[in-house]
Amino acid sequence: MKKSGLVLGLAALAACGAACADINVGVTLSATGPAASLGIPEKNTIDMLGSPMIGGQKLHFIVLDDKSDTTEAVKNTRKLISEDKVDVIIGSTVTPNSLAMRDVVNEAEVPMISMAASALIVNPADPRSKWVFKTPQNDSLMADAVAVHMRANGVQTMGFIGFADAYGGSWLAEMVRSTQIAGIKIVADEKYNRNDTSVTGQVLKLLAASPDAILIAGSGTPAATPHKELIARGYKGRIYQTHGVANADFLRVVGADGNGAVLPAGPLLVYEQLPDSNVVKKSAAEYVKAYEGKYGPGSRTTFGGHAWDAYALLQRAIPEALKKAQPGTKEFRMALRDALENAKDVAGSNGIFNMSSADHNGMDNRARVIVKIENGKWVLSK
Amino acid sequence: MDFSIAALLAQDGVTNGAIYALLSLALVLVFAVTRVIFVPAGEFVTYGTLTLASLQLGKTPGIVGLLVGLTALAGAMELYAAARDRDWRRLPKRLAIYVVAPLAIAAVVRALAPLSLAFPLQILLTVAIVGALGPLLYRVAYQPLAEASVLVLLIVSVAVHFVMVGLGLWFFGAEGSRTPAFTSGSFRIGDVQISGQSLLVLLFALLVIAALYAFFDRTLYGKALRATALNRVGARLVGISPSLAGSLTFTLAALLCAFSGVLIGPITTVYYDSGFLVSLKGFVGAIIGGMTSYPLAAAGAFLVGLLESYSSFWASAFKEVIVFTLIIPVLLWRSLTTHHHEEEE
Repeated sequence: MKKSGLVLGLAALAACGAACADINVGVTLSATGPAASLGIPEKNTIDMLGSPMIGGQKLHFIVLDDKSDTTEAVKNTRKLISEDKVDVIIGSTVTPNSLAMRDVVNEAEVPMISMAASALIVNPADPRSKWVFKTPQNDSLMADAVAVHMRANGVQTMGFIGFADAYGGSWLAEMVRSTQIAGIKIVADEKYNRNDTSVTGQVLKLLAASPDAILIAGSGTPAATPHKELIARGYKGRIYQTHGVANADFLRVVGADGNGAVLPAGPLLVYEQLPDSNVVKKSAAEYVKAYEGKYGPGSRTTFGGHAWDAYALLQRAIPEALKKAQPGTKEFRMALRDALENAKDVAGSNGIFNMSSADHNGMDNRARVIVKIENGKWVLSK
Repeated sequence: MDFSIAALLAQDGVTNGAIYALLSLALVLVFAVTRVIFVPAGEFVTYGTLTLASLQLGKTPGIVGLLVGLTALAGAMELYAAARDRDWRRLPKRLAIYVVAPLAIAAVVRALAPLSLAFPLQILLTVAIVGALGPLLYRVAYQPLAEASVLVLLIVSVAVHFVMVGLGLWFFGAEGSRTPAFTSGSFRIGDVQISGQSLLVLLFALLVIAALYAFFDRTLYGKALRATALNRVGARLVGISPSLAGSLTFTLAALLCAFSGVLIGPITTVYYDSGFLVSLKGFVGAIIGGMTSYPLAAAGAFLVGLLESYSSFWASAFKEVIVFTLIIPVLLWRSLTTHHHEEEE
């Protein structure tokens, strides 16, 4: 009798594990590999959070690196679910990884908050995206902003040069859609690779089509390569970049050639310049001050903000879920998913989230501003 | 495509081809003398550019730490080897090569890094410190396995490549850097604009190739390396030390790669992991040269550069596919025209 009681007790202990009292948050992000410039600020943001308390429960982050690799991201997700028994997963940094992780979290019924850009991760709202949420602005939101700005500035033809990967591909698809609405013609579209030593061929082809404006869809410093080449070859039209370049390194590499370029970005990039009436200003300032306090002035990126926003959503959803169930249980994960889906007016660093069953991103026009590069600085365009 | 575009593309292709040519020479050199397929060549290129970029910012480049670490390892290995063989006579000379010299370079770079020196001096420091990694790497990673099969050496190379990429991310961060152009001048011939930068790259590459030729043809050490490449056992019989030949080869290869890094820096943005693709293109050139012929390898590298440039104009999405597909007809042609030798050791 006694013996079986002991066994039962041990079994319960083993099932519960050491971290039973905590809420386990699994994080898989791309801290190395091609997307490292995005993944590193996200990792820094998670590191900065430490082990915060939410609703009397301690949050325990388990951070894994997926090397910007899809297989690795799926492997990490399985590991986090089966070994670490996480209650929620944050990640991954890039779209292909996040898309591949969807099936795993749906099968295991663990909520997931992606930090990748493409709208495909949560749209359409069908059973495949039931457990999936995302914090970055959808590409479509940003593409519309670019098309509207082009229209307002009399652009009639545009050229496109983007990464030969999911990022460039999804931007091109979104631009085709938004330029059609705005009545702008895409006269040339070119691809290049992040590590290309030369983009002369593509740039010459773009110039031959002489578009009024050119959009470069790349992320981080690799987006500077076609930019500098266009200027060097004497392109006089306006150059548009995407929110993928919103970090200080891009400004460093593009140098004076960047002046005059326009891009849509999350408001935190220029939060100081926002009017006080802007609803995002306060939450953006909170994040940027915390981040730059730890990692130095000018170190802000909008990518780190996506990780912070995932935390902001959890801050709202976890207390709700705790009312219904204990962490570590299936019921808790279910309640957490429902709470995330019903999160309203959550102020993140990049915008305001209003989730619903039809929209697992929940961002609107408040999550984007148009930014111009002037004298090597980001300047809010009014 | 009109003539001026074709000429611009050709210019771009030749400029990149010159850099690939330097790399393919390094690959052929290392393979001929040591049978090592020098996969980490690309990392020496990126270390070159990124070190120069950190010197420009007045920062001590992270690879100073790597150099010191490798020095410690190589020194310990030499001490162990001397104790094992009870042969202390050669130790002072070896310690001078593997410990004192690199430490001196590291100290000089550390002292001079914050001074924002003139650009040519920064280039010199960069090439010196990245070049110093070459012999140390050979001593630590390859020399203990010098007699192993080509396959084992290739696997070691792949491992070294991954370690160096990882360290590169740690030293230089995920974002890329660019170095300023050697010259911003350009001139026109007819309709075609020729940039001084591409001319300089070509000129430097040709100078280095000429210097290599002189080294192999006129100096004793160069001749010793050629002898080792032709016949390792024979070279050993006439008194050429294989470990000396190995570390000399790696020094030369590292210098070549570091200098390619300096040349490529103003042309493009270089990231910690850019090197692999660049060295693969040099590798395609080296394969065209059958991993033995320097002139053919260099010509192959120029071909790769031109092909890349024109295919980026015609079909940018398939550029890499087109460049690397080149290797298939070349391999076919080579395997049909040359007789296969079993490796004999």
